[in-house]
Amino acid sequence: MRNSTRHQWIYAWLLLSPAMIFLITFTHYPAVQTVISSFFSTARGRRKSVFIGWDNYTTLMADEVFWKVLVNNFWYAVWTIPLSIILSLAMALWVNEKLRGRGFLRMAYFTPTVLPLIAVANIWLFFYTPGFGLIDQIRGVFGYPEQNWMGSPDTALYSMIAVAIWKEAGFFMIFYLAALQTIPPSLREAASIEGAGKFYYFRRVAFPLLMPTTLFVSVNAVINSFRLVDHIFVMTEGGPNNASSLLLFYIYEVAFDYWDTAYAATLTVVMLAILTTVAIGQFFFLDKKVHYK
Amino acid sequence: MFPKMFKIASVASLTSLAAVGSAFAVDLEFYFPVAVGGAAATTIEKLTADYVAANPGVNIEAIYAGSYSDAGVKALTAARGGKPPQLSVLLSTQMFTLIDEDVIVPFDDFVSAEEQESWINGFYPSFMENSQTGGKTYGIPFQRSTPVLYWNKEAFAEAGLNPDAAPANWDEMVEFGKKLTKKDSSGNVTQWGVRIPSAGFPYWLFQGLSTPAGAILANSDGNKTNFNDPKVVEALEYLVDLSAKHGVMQPGSIEWGPTPKAFFEGETAMMWTTTGNLVNVRTNAPFDFGVAMLPAKERRGAPTGGGNFYLFKDSTDEQKDAAVDFVQWITSPEQAAVWSIATGYVAPRPDAWETDAMKAYAADFPPALVARDQLEFAVAELSTYENGKVTQTFNDALASAIAGEKSAQEALDQAQAAADRILKPYR
Repeated sequence: MRNSTRHQWIYAWLLLSPAMIFLITFTHYPAVQTVISSFFSTARGRRKSVFIGWDNYTTLMADEVFWKVLVNNFWYAVWTIPLSIILSLAMALWVNEKLRGRGFLRMAYFTPTVLPLIAVANIWLFFYTPGFGLIDQIRGVFGYPEQNWMGSPDTALYSMIAVAIWKEAGFFMIFYLAALQTIPPSLREAASIEGAGKFYYFRRVAFPLLMPTTLFVSVNAVINSFRLVDHIFVMTEGGPNNASSLLLFYIYEVAFDYWDTAYAATLTVVMLAILTTVAIGQFFFLDKKVHYK
Repeated sequence: MFPKMFKIASVASLTSLAAVGSAFAVDLEFYFPVAVGGAAATTIEKLTADYVAANPGVNIEAIYAGSYSDAGVKALTAARGGKPPQLSVLLSTQMFTLIDEDVIVPFDDFVSAEEQESWINGFYPSFMENSQTGGKTYGIPFQRSTPVLYWNKEAFAEAGLNPDAAPANWDEMVEFGKKLTKKDSSGNVTQWGVRIPSAGFPYWLFQGLSTPAGAILANSDGNKTNFNDPKVVEALEYLVDLSAKHGVMQPGSIEWGPTPKAFFEGETAMMWTTTGNLVNVRTNAPFDFGVAMLPAKERRGAPTGGGNFYLFKDSTDEQKDAAVDFVQWITSPEQAAVWSIATGYVAPRPDAWETDAMKAYAADFPPALVARDQLEFAVAELSTYENGKVTQTFNDALASAIAGEKSAQEALDQAQAAADRILKPYR
């Protein structure tokens, strides 16, 4: 008996080890190392890195740019998360219906996900270009003046948000579409026999059944609202005057433009803390509202 | 057991190294960035291959390392990891950062007094401003550029201006700009007078204003800036006024990427941009265009830009000697001419312009000479210790003034205070 228990243990460890080794090497160890680095100064040439306690965190509290990118990131999340989820759900419901050219529509909605963000950012760059860009040409037809979308601090961040939503919605749509197709058609038939309208059916039957997907998608949307910054490199480089800079972009800037790796580690700790809190919160609170079967 | 195996292994690798050594005396790794695409990468690889073919004792591996900033990241990461390339082309403005990281050595120790005179002193002095500090030469100019003014001759003629004369000074640029700015019936602008791109890194073209105004942004030791010099404030006010007061330039920050296209499309009648676009404009402009030096204020002036060769510290003396020899060869007049004609970069030495190839090129395409002639008035591109941080501080100040969030004086005062804080440990 005892022998077989031990065997099971070994068996379990063997099964766990491949994933664990990778997670520890590439996720947990770097995370711990980041926290440690945030308490040291950046080594420069002959000057060695030394322990400086909370100095990096004091700098952080006084860093105007840090607070600005944090606020930017807040608005970026507030807009991209709900909008991309609502849009993806709407698109999924639409292409789940029987209609002509359904395959084409599905493909069209999914295309933004397939294209590399760097490539599409270059295309959006020309959409936003004042004067002869696509958006301004359309506005020009109606007699509106040209608008410098990416070059004005009032609109730069929202221009970036629009690209992110466009990019994400198609991806989330796929999950909703898959989930919608697992809902048994008998439920809809039963609902229509009972005289339930389309909207009522969606609100009371389909949407609750989609909750696990919504949870999954919203966790992803939250992570993406911190992670999706590639287009900023191409389009605005965080400008003008950090108006469109986000936390991850700023971390890159500090680490690889300023070469202040210790301070970059400090910023990363903040980001880790935010993401961990949000992810735990999401699972903890939303889980109660999710019906898994 | 373990140490023994190690010993055997190291003996084996030593003997194999010796075997390789007799075939190739020196192995070099050389990182290069490509900023504008096109012929640069193939030209650099071909030149390297030519050198290796002519020098059997040396083997050079030319490694394309991405954009300037990618190449900088790769070289520094490799150096920090203890395996730097022996040689790299990186931004001239990274000199102080590389010194601070203690990863490069000056070229002076590896050249004779005679070579010092004939080779190092043979480059245009304005390119050397970004390459020397404290009496030592850390960078050898290679892919260097400078911004110039391009103008649309057809638009000039249409506006009743002399199509063959670019604005010579600031007042003329505003005056011409007003004539060139066209509006449709509903009052929307269809053609701007001038376009000075400012997105991302506004400081570079801004130096094309602050230098003519008579200001130098940073000292040659790289530890002091003059961001709130009254002349810098004047230059920034002029730049802001081009949009805000005179209405001859699109308001807000202006992208670099679409700038040549805006020029081709007639969206702007004049543009400021790098000489690196010369070949592009020559190929794609559907109208007659001219190229001129940037307009003058108190004097003429412009920044230089682009990349230098750097010699990395962590290598053997043989490697360093071979690397210096290669750099000497590739910057010699004949090779510099090949490089300049293929890419549009400014040949960095006066003697390169005396070669037959360069003379023929300049005769065929005189605008190429404008950049060279401007070098006489050019100054160092903004570069200090903690370059990324200091430059970004300055960029943010320029951007906030351009966006109208702060006055020029206020923005520059704040940038100077921030730069003082950052540079304090280096004084």
